[in-house]
Amino acid sequence: MKKDIILAGVGGQGILSIAATIGMAAVRKGLYMKQAEVHGMSQRGGDVQSNLRLSDEPIASDLIPRGGVDLILSVEPMEALRYLPMLSPNGWLITNTAPHINIPNYPDLEALKEEIAHQPRHVMLDADQIARDMEARRSANIIMLGAASPFLCLEPQELEASIAQIFQRKGQEVVDQNIAAFRKGREIALEQEGMQDI
Amino acid sequence: MLLGDEAIAQAGIDAGMSGIYAYPGTPSTEITEYVIHSREAKAKGIRAGWSANEKTAMEAALGMSYAGKRAMVCMKHVGLNVAADAFVNAAITGANGGLIVVAADDPSMHSSQNEQDSRFFGKFAMMPIMEPSSQQEAYDMVHEAFDLSEKFRIPVLMRITTRLAHSRAGVQPRAKREQNPVQIPSDPRQFILLPANARRNYKKLLANQVSFESDAGASAFNQYIDGEDTSRGIIACGLAYNYLMENFPSRVVGHPVLKIGQYPVPPALIHRIYEQCDSLLVLEDGYPIMEELIRGYLNLGKPIHGRLDGSIPRDGELDPNNVGAALGIHHQEGRPVPSLVVPRPPSLCKGCPHIYSYQSLNDALNTYSKGRVFSDIGCYTLGALQPFDAINTCVDMGASITMAKGAADAGFRPAVAVIGDSTFTHSGITGLIDAVNDRSPITVLILDNGTTAMTGGQDSMATGRIEAICEGCGVEKDHIHVINPIQKYHEENMAIMKREIEYEGVSVIIPRRECLVTVASRIRSQKTENTEA
Ligand SMILES: Cc1ncc(C[n+]2csc(CCOP(=O)(O)OP(=O)(O)O)c2C)c(N)n1
Ligand code: SF4
Repeated sequence: MKKDIILAGVGGQGILSIAATIGMAAVRKGLYMKQAEVHGMSQRGGDVQSNLRLSDEPIASDLIPRGGVDLILSVEPMEALRYLPMLSPNGWLITNTAPHINIPNYPDLEALKEEIAHQPRHVMLDADQIARDMEARRSANIIMLGAASPFLCLEPQELEASIAQIFQRKGQEVVDQNIAAFRKGREIALEQEGMQDI
Repeated sequence: MLLGDEAIAQAGIDAGMSGIYAYPGTPSTEITEYVIHSREAKAKGIRAGWSANEKTAMEAALGMSYAGKRAMVCMKHVGLNVAADAFVNAAITGANGGLIVVAADDPSMHSSQNEQDSRFFGKFAMMPIMEPSSQQEAYDMVHEAFDLSEKFRIPVLMRITTRLAHSRAGVQPRAKREQNPVQIPSDPRQFILLPANARRNYKKLLANQVSFESDAGASAFNQYIDGEDTSRGIIACGLAYNYLMENFPSRVVGHPVLKIGQYPVPPALIHRIYEQCDSLLVLEDGYPIMEELIRGYLNLGKPIHGRLDGSIPRDGELDPNNVGAALGIHHQEGRPVPSLVVPRPPSLCKGCPHIYSYQSLNDALNTYSKGRVFSDIGCYTLGALQPFDAINTCVDMGASITMAKGAADAGFRPAVAVIGDSTFTHSGITGLIDAVNDRSPITVLILDNGTTAMTGGQDSMATGRIEAICEGCGVEKDHIHVINPIQKYHEENMAIMKREIEYEGVSVIIPRRECLVTVASRIRSQKTENTEA
């Protein structure tokens, strides 16, 4: 069993915290893991991605071979599409549709959504809007993690335990808020795919 | 789960290191940051912090080694250019306490001006080199390198690349070792490189090469893995080994493989695979160093494949795809990137003080022709991009002031230098002295955001003392100005710049306002302190 994941976003959007949450759950489950991060220049508002690899067997490369990615989890719609050549033919594209516009020539959002909708296996949701509705503005990334959770090889309980561990320092209220955000994201993804939770 | 950088740092702590010295630089920064933030390191009294530049860091580490203690010095690849004088001569003095020099290379130039290969420098200095293929090996190699360094009294170069530095994996620690006591070298002449001593030391270094080779020959980091199909043998250095294995899901390559992790590689190892196989494929990240050595100038032997014959691209980092292609294994690409996806280059943060410095400077220079701003390396280099288009050079740290001086000496007026506060203390001060001595008509903008922002906000060496340093270098007090780079002072700031640009001597303008990211993280850490208290 292996899951090769690309986390995508814009420098400063905090994709590494998603990686850390998944990583913590994977390690607890006794899986092997490798995770290539991006530090440095591009963190200044440029496109960033992280290769996250989970497996029950030792992993060779820190980088995923092209066409081998099982899941792209993007917190930004244009960034979701940047890594399509990496995605395997039956891989999943899970993305936030709230754009991060910091360039003058940002493409038309509707056209982006259409492009995403064309992908055979995709889930899209406006995590920023959902976070605002839940009055948990800072939880958009956790909502996205929830939306990706049905496609990871990890139980939701394991991921929730990691979320609790990560936010513990900030108090029970913040933990509860993020767990609610996670469940909301998961619920939406399951609904979109007509899947039943286990 | 540790980054490669963090594995090196934790290994240093576990292996009895007494101090770590560094100047920040991607992808090496997280090594020193880890030790700075480690409670264990603090409890053990391990000295950890930033130096003014890589040369001062290298020399301080050598001093700690002189005193008998284990020391580490870390830098990015181009930092080794700055430290080169100390580095090369440290091979001649040799070490006393174990000394490891970590150089982090950046093939593909993710955050750098070039992709130079530090193994060349190691070979140039005739030092042993370690090159890990995994976070675990990085951890283990630090222990082995300290031992090797003390066994042969020689500094050891540890070469890593971005992918290892910034990738996480599980690491098994080893038993912890105590720090060394203070003990000066037994030979009082070891560190006095007067020609007579230097000649003697150099002969010893030359004689030791054979021992370095046999140590590498016996090292578990160099492995010969047999394979049935001898039509081709594969030599894989450092991380290249992982990309090779990635192409064989069963982890059986079928060809003889020589995995290299410690240099100098003894000829016998190369000879064995060369004799056994009809051709060789050499996989190494960075420059084709081993490939060139094996192939030789005339390339008259068996076919040697790699970067030089185009089997692997000549530039850029290795990955599972280009290594696969060299083996005839092709990874099918997924769907193409839709044409509406556009590049998203890095940019200055909204409200960044540098933005206002550049707006004022652009306006101050708008009556002159273009091409007058010599700049340097840091966040402010992003001033080269639209909408600012404000700078005309970025070469190496410190080159702004000296290049502006050279151009001014050529009669080019006005010539403006733009340099960050950390870059100024790294290697701008000496250039400023040159300019003062020649009364070169240049205007120097020292963008003082109180931090080393580009690499993640490390302390800057002269916060609060920049004007005093400039005055001490001989810049006239009347021509040193501190301004606040913010929209509402635009007219005022531009007027000061215009006036100083016209001045026929050295002037310094210091736009001073704290980096927004540093402000935010300071507020955040104050908040957590408050809640924890
Ligand atoms: C010799 C060398 N060492 C280190 C680096 C990495 N580096 C690039 S910019 C920079 C810091 C710049 O800080 P500062 O001059 O204060 O500018 P800021 O980023 O804060 O605007 C560093 C450490 C480098 N490029 N070259
Ligand atoms: S990190 Fe600081 S110096 Fe760099 S662009 Fe942002 S505000 Fe400006």
